[in-house]
Amino acid sequence: MSWLYLAWRNLGAKRLQTALSLVLLAFGVGMVSLLMLAEKQLSDAFDRNIRDIDMVLGAKGSPLQLILANVYHVDAPTGNISLAAAQKIVRHPYIESGIPLAYGDNYEMFRIVGTTPAYVDHYSANLEQGRVWQDAFEVTIGARVAARTGLGIGDTFFSAHGLQDGTDVHTDKTFTVVGILSESQSVLDQLILCNIETIWGVHEEPGNEGTGERTNETGPDREITAMLLKKRNPLAILTIPNLIRDTNMQLALPAIEINRLTNNFGIGMKTLRTIAMLIMIISFASIFISVYDSLLARRYELALMRTMGATPGGMYLSLLLEGGLLSIGGALIGLVVSRAGLFALGQIVADKFRYDLASLAVLPSEIWLAGAAVLVGLLAAAIPGISVLRMDISETLADH
Amino acid sequence: MIQTSGLTFQYGPEGQEMRFPDLACQTRDRLLLLGPSGSGKTTLLHLLSGLLRPTAGEVRIDGTAIGGLTDRALDRFRGEHIGVVFQRAHFVGALTVMENLMMPAFLAGTKPDRARAAAMLETLGVGHKAHSRPADLSVGEQQRASIARALIHRPSVVLADEPTSALDDHATKAVVDLLESQAAEAGATLLIVTHDSRLKDRYPQHVALQPLAQS
Repeated sequence: MSWLYLAWRNLGAKRLQTALSLVLLAFGVGMVSLLMLAEKQLSDAFDRNIRDIDMVLGAKGSPLQLILANVYHVDAPTGNISLAAAQKIVRHPYIESGIPLAYGDNYEMFRIVGTTPAYVDHYSANLEQGRVWQDAFEVTIGARVAARTGLGIGDTFFSAHGLQDGTDVHTDKTFTVVGILSESQSVLDQLILCNIETIWGVHEEPGNEGTGERTNETGPDREITAMLLKKRNPLAILTIPNLIRDTNMQLALPAIEINRLTNNFGIGMKTLRTIAMLIMIISFASIFISVYDSLLARRYELALMRTMGATPGGMYLSLLLEGGLLSIGGALIGLVVSRAGLFALGQIVADKFRYDLASLAVLPSEIWLAGAAVLVGLLAAAIPGISVLRMDISETLADH
Repeated sequence: MIQTSGLTFQYGPEGQEMRFPDLACQTRDRLLLLGPSGSGKTTLLHLLSGLLRPTAGEVRIDGTAIGGLTDRALDRFRGEHIGVVFQRAHFVGALTVMENLMMPAFLAGTKPDRARAAAMLETLGVGHKAHSRPADLSVGEQQRASIARALIHRPSVVLADEPTSALDDHATKAVVDLLESQAAEAGATLLIVTHDSRLKDRYPQHVALQPLAQS
């Protein structure tokens, strides 16, 4: 026998009320924790992929779309720009380096991107097998691509046109896998990389002229989709837009666009957070009512325990333990549920956006959250419990 | 052993003052306090068990003047020295009968005596209900189990508040027999407070409480 055991048995004696309090608390904690996890995972993924990309040079259009397409590879490109014009910008003294990206086709919905090996170095990705592409139609594929498609070194495949799935397949040019990258938790995991000439090569066929979004150009007027820029001087942000004013190019800053995006997200997040807070308040009320109710129902029982020598402090402790057990249970269930939710969400996101939501470790903010939930439970028990401290045993026993 | 002298009690400053006769019970004595309703029986019982503090006078149990104890010490003293049997048996509803019997030892901070509890329940004829919830017992079984609970920790004084008022003649005899034999076994002084005149024949020595004067 102990106060804890008594609290446990009292909770067990009113199962429905206990279950309701638990569900409400778990729901509130789970929702807030899911939001925290999702926000963290998303911003981590965004940050990992932005890494040192200060600016993106691409075709005019929505700057957000330009960033999403070329940094995160989730949206359609805005159009093409001239490689020569882009290279001129890269040579500007305020610019340290640039990585060209040329969008091509896809293979089983994994994008084929023409670039330089600097792109691989940029994300510090390592080779799992084979080597980096060299000649046209040699590709190095990301870890996730390899896992999903089953492609290995030496395998060949045909690409499907654009970003749609395989109805319009270019069967004349075969790609050969020469390397597989190890997982880097970056966009490289889901890309098929080759050199830019390969992209041009696919669309050089006479039969394709004028049908795709990519027109065939020859010689110095070859086109790319975007140029990822790293600045040498912060003034580049102010200077470069002036240089490209009269071209079809625009300069977008990933940090600013993503900020704008998450701020828009933020409204939804804030609403959900408010709802979650409301649920927490309701669960507070539920525990409060649960404890208050059992106090009313057990008044005589509590007085009886006092005649058997129970101190008011001991009985108060037992009530606090009831609230504590409820809230610790609710918080733990909530954290487990949020992880299950994130896992489910991760499956959907991974299929749709090819993003992995990986880590399920407990965040420091979640420890605060759980702490707050336990505090809510203790408080909800502590307030009605005060009547136990003030109880007149004689009157309670005589009333009956 | 329980002694009182000059006990008076008043509910609030406006309330009527109640005066109680002096009592003196030696260890193992049995005393019947008989009085009609409104004679302050319950008040006296609460004064004797330290649940109420008297306006004047004192209660001594085993030589201790309980009026001089702090609240904390009084709670403890009550737990160790006094067992109470109420008119209607009440238990901690969430616990089994056996766990209810372990309660006094837990509250007094002593080691519970499971074997004694089982033996007492057996003697009182509710051994088979040891692991049931109190609510699953009949009224008679509950009354017997509450006798076990009042005596499990061998208190020096057992106070019984109208233990027979809800029972028929046959059950009344049985319950009083059990109270007496169990109190004797535990070496306790037994004080029964009641308006039940059926008990008068059994206890030629009794103290009559006077009804309060109507004012």
